[in-house]
Amino acid sequence: MIKFNIKNLNIWFGHIHALKDVTIDITANEILSVIGPSNSGKTSFLRMLNRLNELSENFKMGGEVKFAGRNINDMDAELVRKKIGMVFALPLPLPLSIFDNVAYGVKMYGLKNRKKQQEIVEKALKQAYLWDEVKDRLQTSAFKLSGGQQQRLCIARTLAVEPDVILFDEPCSGLDPISTAKVEEAMLKLKANYTIVLVTNNVKQAARVGGKTAFFLSGELIEVDKTDKMFTAPQDKRTDDYISGKFG
Amino acid sequence: MSKKNSQRTQKIAFSLLSLATLLIVIPVGLIVIIIIQKGIPAINWQFLSDVPRQGMRAGGIFPAIVGTVYLVLGAIVFALPIGLLAAIYLSEYSKDNYLTRIIKLAIVNLAGVPSVVYGLFGLALFVVFFKFGASILSGSLTLGIMILPIIITASREALESVPYSFREVSRSLGASKWQTIRHIVLPNAISGIITGTILGLGRATGETAPILFTVAAFYLPQLPASIFDQAMALPYHLYVISTQVPNVDEKVRYGTALVLLVLALFMNLVAIIIRYQFRKKKKW
Repeated sequence: MIKFNIKNLNIWFGHIHALKDVTIDITANEILSVIGPSNSGKTSFLRMLNRLNELSENFKMGGEVKFAGRNINDMDAELVRKKIGMVFALPLPLPLSIFDNVAYGVKMYGLKNRKKQQEIVEKALKQAYLWDEVKDRLQTSAFKLSGGQQQRLCIARTLAVEPDVILFDEPCSGLDPISTAKVEEAMLKLKANYTIVLVTNNVKQAARVGGKTAFFLSGELIEVDKTDKMFTAPQDKRTDDYISGKFG
Repeated sequence: MSKKNSQRTQKIAFSLLSLATLLIVIPVGLIVIIIIQKGIPAINWQFLSDVPRQGMRAGGIFPAIVGTVYLVLGAIVFALPIGLLAAIYLSEYSKDNYLTRIIKLAIVNLAGVPSVVYGLFGLALFVVFFKFGASILSGSLTLGIMILPIIITASREALESVPYSFREVSRSLGASKWQTIRHIVLPNAISGIITGTILGLGRATGETAPILFTVAAFYLPQLPASIFDQAMALPYHLYVISTQVPNVDEKVRYGTALVLLVLALFMNLVAIIIRYQFRKKKKW
């Protein structure tokens, strides 16, 4: 099943043409890794999917992004962002307690029942493999957690609103190898129930999590294919050069 | 050689910096000490609770204390909500264009307008045009307008100091713009907003010129009954007994100054305690 149809997507920030004519489909329950050097447009592409780019003042777009058959620009922006969650590059807890961080989304959607909130928080923290580490101190500030824990808290916070899709924007760029392994493990388990788009600077990470890989360069989508195929027999020479570390 | 040089530079810089600090502390300290020393003998229960008597040479200053409290509270009630809403609009909603930048610049500059100009403005608008007459209402509104730029500027800076990433995270979880402001931005800006309010409070307590034409009574032995009454106020009363009434005992003048000082400090203290309560709740 196709989750996203993206057709001739062009975006600009002021005079900068950040994405050029990108056409790609994203399949449900699969991990799509997006790789490419800095400034290749991969984060802009990711932020397109949940309409975060439009918070920037000088943003313009052309083409269309369809989510489950509907143009996302015809949908309510808040609903799009609820359905399509996002985990940012740096761990960004809100200045609230651990509990309130995870419950933030559902509270904003009007869930007042404390017991229901507790259930949701517990479930989300378990899914993100954080529950055992924080269950005794849910009321302490989220800033007291370590970097890796904070990033898993951010994953739990995203899961708590029960999205269909989770966007990961270089989620391990600030983490050590062990925390990275934990985040990757969480992602692989989540694949069963969610569609995942992972932007990563780490080519090896893309190879590890499997699924499909898309390679962006200077705002253009150069190539997208099954990860195995991409890493063994890339179609484009530039992909080959990037994967084998000749540039980037 | 160069090590010695850098140490000497460090010593000179250190002396200069501490000298500058001392130059600020000494005059302030002297003012406070002199006012306390000369004012304390005047302070007793009658001075604080009685109306002025014998052409303001004896008796108390109670009506002026009450008048100042009314005026300052009135100014805050008027200026804080409007200032805060304007600051939220300017920092969160307005587009960054030429017009907004001019408006922001104008507001910052308004804080530097001489207070007597606000007094004349209040006289023309509230006293004459709106026909409020010389009254607590006119005085409060005039003081309120005078402290609006202070509150707006401080609140805007407080709101803008909340990291953009918090807003982005909140929006990415499906919260609306207003929910983000209400639950994430405001709680983290509140102590800066209160700091701005404290500055405004202090200014409103001490200013004489804005109340001169709009509310202040030369001598009014009874307390105001409504916001449409005139009232005495401490800064103006101090001016009157220092320059307009002959043969006022020095300790009465310094006593009045001391009461004004303590009143301003007390209001600041209340605001600081409120701010401390909010800061304790802050999670980062």
